Amino acid sequence: MKGPLVRRVSTITAAGITAAALAFTLTACGESSTESGGGGKGKGIGLAFDVGGRDDHSFNESAARGMDKADKEFGYTSKAMTAKNGETEADREQRLNSLAEAGYNPVIGVGFNYAKSVEKVAKDHPKTTFAVVDSVAPGNNIDSITFGEHEGSYLAGVAAALKSKNHKVGFIGGVNNALIQKFQAGFEQGAKATDPSAEVTSEYLYANNDKGFNDPAAAKEKAKGMLDRGIDVIYTAAGLSGNGSIEAIAGQKGAWAIGVDSDQYQQPGLDKYKASILTSVVKNVDVSVFDVAKSVKDGKPLTGPHQYLLKDGGVSLATSGGFIDDIKDKIEAAKKSIVDGQVKVRTSP
Amino acid sequence: MKKFDKNKLILGLAAPVLAIVTALVITSVIIGVTGKDPFHAYQVMVDFGSKSDSQVWIINKATPYYLSALAVAIGFRMNLFNIGVDGQYRIAAFFAAVVGGSLALPGFIQIPVIILVAMAVGAIWAGIAGLLKVTRNVNEVISTIMLNAIGASIIGYLLQDGRLAEKEGNLIHTPYLPDSAHFFEIPTQPKPIFGFVVIAALAGAAYWFVLNRTRFGFDLRTVGRSESAAQASGVSVKRMIITAMLLSGAMAGLVGMPTLLGVSYNYGTDFPTGIGFTGIAIALLGRNNPIGMALAALLWGFLERTGTQLEFEGYAQEIVGVIQGVIVLCVVIAYEIVRRYGLKAQQRKVGEELAAQARKSDKAEASA
Repeated sequence: MKGPLVRRVSTITAAGITAAALAFTLTACGESSTESGGGGKGKGIGLAFDVGGRDDHSFNESAARGMDKADKEFGYTSKAMTAKNGETEADREQRLNSLAEAGYNPVIGVGFNYAKSVEKVAKDHPKTTFAVVDSVAPGNNIDSITFGEHEGSYLAGVAAALKSKNHKVGFIGGVNNALIQKFQAGFEQGAKATDPSAEVTSEYLYANNDKGFNDPAAAKEKAKGMLDRGIDVIYTAAGLSGNGSIEAIAGQKGAWAIGVDSDQYQQPGLDKYKASILTSVVKNVDVSVFDVAKSVKDGKPLTGPHQYLLKDGGVSLATSGGFIDDIKDKIEAAKKSIVDGQVKVRTSP
Repeated sequence: MKKFDKNKLILGLAAPVLAIVTALVITSVIIGVTGKDPFHAYQVMVDFGSKSDSQVWIINKATPYYLSALAVAIGFRMNLFNIGVDGQYRIAAFFAAVVGGSLALPGFIQIPVIILVAMAVGAIWAGIAGLLKVTRNVNEVISTIMLNAIGASIIGYLLQDGRLAEKEGNLIHTPYLPDSAHFFEIPTQPKPIFGFVVIAALAGAAYWFVLNRTRFGFDLRTVGRSESAAQASGVSVKRMIITAMLLSGAMAGLVGMPTLLGVSYNYGTDFPTGIGFTGIAIALLGRNNPIGMALAALLWGFLERTGTQLEFEGYAQEIVGVIQGVIVLCVVIAYEIVRRYGLKAQQRKVGEELAAQARKSDKAEASA
């Protein structure tokens, strides 16, 4: 039996701990971490990745290439940090804040999830240039970088429709959000425009959970399901998850995978499957990252919204592997009609 | 009597101390294996974690964790494993955001309305699992985890441009709450603490009071210990299951509120997920005790705050996840070891006393 004394003691202890904790907090003793941070400028780029990390063979890796190029050309020692699954605003703000405090400039949030946190943290660091990829954030020290994913995906749709033997092509999106819908819309439009009889199936891994960019197992299952239904060209826009679907597709003879963001044929990590990677919709995040780093270096930081479209070379269709050489002319024609404005690619399905 | 109490106190302290020491040793070994200096890591964590802005960050981060742990603990106390807190708080926050975004009332009505909607939706969602359990004997682990998936799909369906949400750049979210729905903040420097921490503390106090000081709480714990015994003593187990699930769900409804009313002011595709599962770990760590869980939630916040800093110092980002997992495992194991040791000690003591008594009566017989 627990005697009354023990109960009293534990209540007193508990009250004491609570009081001590409260006192500790309210006085907020000690300095804040922002006061101790040094401000040495010119250290390099502070890159904050979205989930999946640097080696996602896709979106983040493209950004990392831009950072590496800046390191090489400007002698920078840039810093990259990675998001975890299930992050909150507070986590992202902290990451950007740490990078800015440590003197990295520009600080770049890679992924639209960083839009709000970049906007907020940029206000606290008016002398640092910030950038956000895939989103637009207001602020006079923010470079907002967006891409014409729908245009690149249109070309992927053209290639898929031309290469599909069963006239069935598929799209797998990581998360059903506005950005990935741009990929879907372009792909569907391109496929339908090329082969009106083609059947286009579009599916998503997750309705609204960013884990969709970091779940290769789910993408693998999704791709297997599509292959079983006779779909033989599958375009996956899902960051790191895309590795899973490429793996599944490589297991089936005659089926093609279309990669995303980086030229996935060239990715050493995907070497085993490269014979099945038809092409990739390349998003030149590296160019945009390098652009903003160079602008800071030159003392004329880029700010405001910047679009990297098909006509600017911001997006393109990879040709490595030579699997689409036979349909090159048709793809060039499609590209020209978009650049000339004859074809207007939708941004939502 | 007094000596026995002291032993009990020592036993009570032994478990958490044992757990933390073991966790530190294991983590040090893991950090060591990755080729880094573990002691430097701890120093970085303590230095950075004790900064004033870190303290604020940790409290703000711990608030939803604590509410989530309370929601889980209500179920735990009566042997119900509500694994669906995650789905409950998300669907609750979603509908609360929808209702809040479509109303423009004065703050003192608007905020309670939003909170009540969240609690009601959370309760309904958890109640489904409760109802399934008492009517069809569906295991609540299965039903709540299924309801997580269903909840996520419902939100995914409704959270689209033209349905209940609007588009802002690449983010899709429910309409912003009016300014009147912004919860108060405690003005600390350099960043404020969210006022919802007060509600969390009240919820913790209510949890303690209802479970330990009311007839209902007694019944609930009784059902947790033994359903048949509770039934025999006149407690309606079915009613208790439904009520506990409703309470757990209502508490889960509060989990998203610090974020909704203090940070995002809408429910969007970027709304935090997974807090329900964190709550399970924290409830385990805090042993369902309102103060234990508060400390556990703060510890979690501390680890997450300092984890980013560790990554900055070149340590692997995953280290913090490893530390968290190791701590939970150590706590569960340590409590079990200490419990068994305590039980054995008690048995031995009782045995000795009985033996002594027997000897005494033997002697008495002999002399007689």
